[in-house]
Amino acid sequence: MSDRIKATVKRRQVREAIEQSLIRRRKRNRRFRMLGLGAVILGMLFLGIMFSSIISKGYSAFALTDIQLEIYFDPEVIDPQGGRNPDVLASAAYGKLVKAALRKEYPEVKKRKEKRKLYRLVSTGAIQQLRDLVLSDPAIIGSRKKLWLIADDDVDQYYKHGENQSRLKGQQLAWVAQLRAKDALKTSFNTNFFTAGDSREPELAGIRGAVVGSFFVIMITLGLSLPLGVAAAIYLEEFSPRNHWTDFVEININNLAAVPSIVFGLLGLAVYINFFELPRSAPLVGGLVLTLMTLPTIIIASRAALKSVPPSIREAALGMGASKMQMVFHHVLPLAMPGMLTGTIIGLAQALGETAPLLMIGMVAFIVDIPGSILDPATVLPVQIYLWADSPERAFTERTSAAILVLLAFLVLMNLVAIWLRRKFEKRW
Amino acid sequence: MKRFSSAIAMSLTVGAAAVTAGTRDYIYVVGSSTVYPFATVVAEHFGKVTKFKTPKIESTGSGGGMKLFCQGVGVKHPDITNASRRIKKSEFDKCQANGVKEIIEIKIGYDGIAIANSREAPRFNLSRKDMFLALAKDVPDPKAPESSKLLPNPYSTWKEVNPALPAYKIEVLGPPPTSGTRDAFAELAMEGGCKKFAWISQLKKESKKAKKAGNKVLAKQLKNKYKAICHGVREDGKYIEAGENDNLIVQKLEANSKALGVFGYSYLEQNEDRIQGSLVDGVPPEFELIANGQYPVSRPLYMYVKEAHVGKIPGIKEFLAEFASDKVWGDEGYLLDKGLIPMPKEEREEYRKAATQLIPMKF
Repeated sequence: MSDRIKATVKRRQVREAIEQSLIRRRKRNRRFRMLGLGAVILGMLFLGIMFSSIISKGYSAFALTDIQLEIYFDPEVIDPQGGRNPDVLASAAYGKLVKAALRKEYPEVKKRKEKRKLYRLVSTGAIQQLRDLVLSDPAIIGSRKKLWLIADDDVDQYYKHGENQSRLKGQQLAWVAQLRAKDALKTSFNTNFFTAGDSREPELAGIRGAVVGSFFVIMITLGLSLPLGVAAAIYLEEFSPRNHWTDFVEININNLAAVPSIVFGLLGLAVYINFFELPRSAPLVGGLVLTLMTLPTIIIASRAALKSVPPSIREAALGMGASKMQMVFHHVLPLAMPGMLTGTIIGLAQALGETAPLLMIGMVAFIVDIPGSILDPATVLPVQIYLWADSPERAFTERTSAAILVLLAFLVLMNLVAIWLRRKFEKRW
Repeated sequence: MKRFSSAIAMSLTVGAAAVTAGTRDYIYVVGSSTVYPFATVVAEHFGKVTKFKTPKIESTGSGGGMKLFCQGVGVKHPDITNASRRIKKSEFDKCQANGVKEIIEIKIGYDGIAIANSREAPRFNLSRKDMFLALAKDVPDPKAPESSKLLPNPYSTWKEVNPALPAYKIEVLGPPPTSGTRDAFAELAMEGGCKKFAWISQLKKESKKAKKAGNKVLAKQLKNKYKAICHGVREDGKYIEAGENDNLIVQKLEANSKALGVFGYSYLEQNEDRIQGSLVDGVPPEFELIANGQYPVSRPLYMYVKEAHVGKIPGIKEFLAEFASDKVWGDEGYLLDKGLIPMPKEEREEYRKAATQLIPMKF
């Protein structure tokens, strides 16, 4: 009797102990899950803050303010001789037309100092606009036309963000208010931002030069680092004997992947520019330097991709009488290619966002002309962002953020391509 | 893939051919980050209105620019370097040694250094002596300032430095030692205040005396001591090195209304709605006052041109003529809008002559 009671008591105690420990275990489990979730949420939060800050600062750069003015294409100013010689037309003082139009718009402005302030409402880019118009159609000379001209960055900032974000003062505010009342101000899509090179006038500055520079640099990096990296990986994985020497090479490659990128810049300066005397600021040198930087990434990714191809495939190919080279190129490489390409794209995305090594080889420079070849001086997108972030004009702040958006868009695109490639071609065994 | 790699190979060979041909059809400018905003505007304008290509401008700092400039003559070396200070004797000698014989020196204007704070705080009225006392590493003993005894800087608020100043903690954001702005700040603002102590300025006089007497070692020793006292900035966190990005300093000043910042006048001019420039020795950093030399913390900006490259690289002569015209650097030139302080008329004429007639400098 008492034994049975004892046994029940004991059983109950055991069950209670188990239940208690279960509660503890579940609690721990829950805590760990919450912690993990918290980490993800925190990460997302920071990402959200970053994106919302960049987008909220940068979106306004995609709009540009225009001023409507009635321009008289004065033959006296443009082409006094009337020969319609394109050279004469190209070098005419179109600024005078804009100034005349402004004076006509505000006849009350008489003092020299005030006039200077007035002229500053319209961007110097208007001169280019008028020149292009006249060159494309010389018949326009002598006529009057209402035209939308690019506004100065101060007017642009005022129109888009209000008074306290602009340097306009006193009279200028009154003039702009007058224009506004007449509906002679509007914003339009900022095509300049995508078609123009760098400029010191924010309203004229664009990223095309930097995008083209980035394109050249990445193409050179791709063209050099993919074949070199894949060849190195194939040799190390498929052909080389395992010994201390290859171990040493492997350790070095892994170390190179972790070397700070500025070191590659210094190397590039010493070797390519000082020794081989390649031109400074050229995308060629930038591509060569970034090749050094991406090579280890590509080699490591390619070796991992080769390793993941099952040995049975190699054995089968060799068993059917294929040579080692045929085995690699006909069977192993096609199966490893998606993994290699993913690694390459991720390496290139890293190279696309790199600034530090390019500092050393002179790609941080003010370059207006769009580079036409890999030897023309050029900058790249991240460098353009760096340069704009350091410019005194207020309107460059939004352009900096807008350029970051473009760079991020490229990076996201490249990573998506990498994921797509992997999904599409990956085989599982 | 094959076509692609052959395209790469082709562009590489074309590239190699162009490099060996050794030509350059654009002007290559390096140098000071202070002059950069001005030089770039002129370059852009030059590229637009002439048939020449837009010059390439690299911002390397004054010292870095001189180094590149003086490396030699040839297409791979820059044609022009900008500087926010005059070329040094040692740099000039290096140029000569490397075959860069004829150098044209062109002063392009002046730049003021502003000491500014947020508009939310009261405007500071600083003397150069205040700045020296607040920021120097070692200062004369406050109890006996003429006893030639130095103490590690004991001041922690502006009020302690000068009872007329607010009781704010000393907190100054400024450029790092590599910057030309910092050099100029130390030389013009701090040294200016430092010299007010008779025994310190005596050091400099004695150094000159020793040099005249032929005692070079003593002269150098005294000069170094003088420099160490006057140019040494405190390292206890009161002077905060905020990097070369002046925009960042402006943003930080907005966030922290009790801090002061040191940067070029053009940044003050662009942000005058947010920050205000302190008075230095009672003079505010205003355009006219910097131009006529009343504002004490301003410095000249220079451009140095390699005469050997004129005629070899297309456009240098035209670029100089453009730069030295009144519509660019004159009283109403477009560099004025970017914050450059123009030179007086006679000085402009002098340097225009050097620029257009390519007169080399003498040291």
